[in-house]
Amino acid sequence: MKLSTLDALQAARAARRPVVLVKRIADGEEVLIFKDRAEGALASDAAAVAAGRAALESGKSETVETASGKLFVQAFIPPQRMIVVGAVHIAQALVPMAAMSGFDVTVIDPRRAFASDSRFPGVTVLTDWPDEAMERLKPDPATAVVTLTHDPKLDDPALIVALNSDAFYVGSLGSRNTHAKRKARLNEAGITDAQFARIHGPVGLNLGGRSPAEIAISILAQIIQVRSAQAAEREPRERAA
Amino acid sequence: MNPAQEDILGAVRQWKDAGKDVALATVTLTWGSSPRPVGSQLAIDGAGNMVGSVSGGCIEGAVVKEALDAIKDGKPRLLDFGVTDEQAWDVGLACGGKVQVFVEKVG
Repeated sequence: MKLSTLDALQAARAARRPVVLVKRIADGEEVLIFKDRAEGALASDAAAVAAGRAALESGKSETVETASGKLFVQAFIPPQRMIVVGAVHIAQALVPMAAMSGFDVTVIDPRRAFASDSRFPGVTVLTDWPDEAMERLKPDPATAVVTLTHDPKLDDPALIVALNSDAFYVGSLGSRNTHAKRKARLNEAGITDAQFARIHGPVGLNLGGRSPAEIAISILAQIIQVRSAQAAEREPRERAA
Repeated sequence: MNPAQEDILGAVRQWKDAGKDVALATVTLTWGSSPRPVGSQLAIDGAGNMVGSVSGGCIEGAVVKEALDAIKDGKPRLLDFGVTDEQAWDVGLACGGKVQVFVEKVG
């Protein structure tokens, strides 16, 4: 790999720009395929560029046989995001584990005592009101949203934005009782039963754990389970393979 | 970028900045139950230090050896590991899967 290729790759990843690296196996020659351009020694190789464009769409890394020989196509698609509302004790366990699992994590908590950078090193911490922060972050199909504050005035506005978005996962901490009360409040605020049903609550897989770390594991496990199930649905062919 | 996730390409850059020789190994093809998916990477410096993985630890030793050769001669190579492969049998891909790994010098 050329150093210029490496640096361009890193810059694109830092900016959350999708990019595909196409490499000719025979000699290691490369081209980077962006949405709007191709850069590198193979930029004028039609087969390499076509393979790269296809991977930019599919997000799939694979070896392909082409008129230009064997090519390895590697898709660098920006990681999924996790938005955690509530910089609470459980969040302190959840955030680093989610980051290790490949999520780009953002923590939202307007209570500055909770949302200090020192409690969440290396992670984006926003101290805006959850609905304002969420409106700005715009949850998309590659985003999971988890609310952990227990406080309706923080959780509810975040949930309303999440339920009106395409977030692939929405979870909210709280007992069955709390969740029933939440439903009444959100219904009142215009959230339909079908929308409310998207919320995983009580949040997380039932692993039987009680400590903040154990609850964080159950939440992350559920998010990974949902993500994998959705990916399998999108690509039934691969699942069978 | 996600700071907690292992940034293999970032490690490659740091090693290069420190004046080290570096090779990069990438899983390009898998069959059956392979431990790491296509695109998984392992960076190796001239002293044999590793960041990342291309298997569950089964073939890393053999990949590092090839990586050091690639650093010396500058030529990329495509390695096959699997249960039918003598060498892989030696290094033990216990999962029964097969993987192809592309190894190249960086820079």
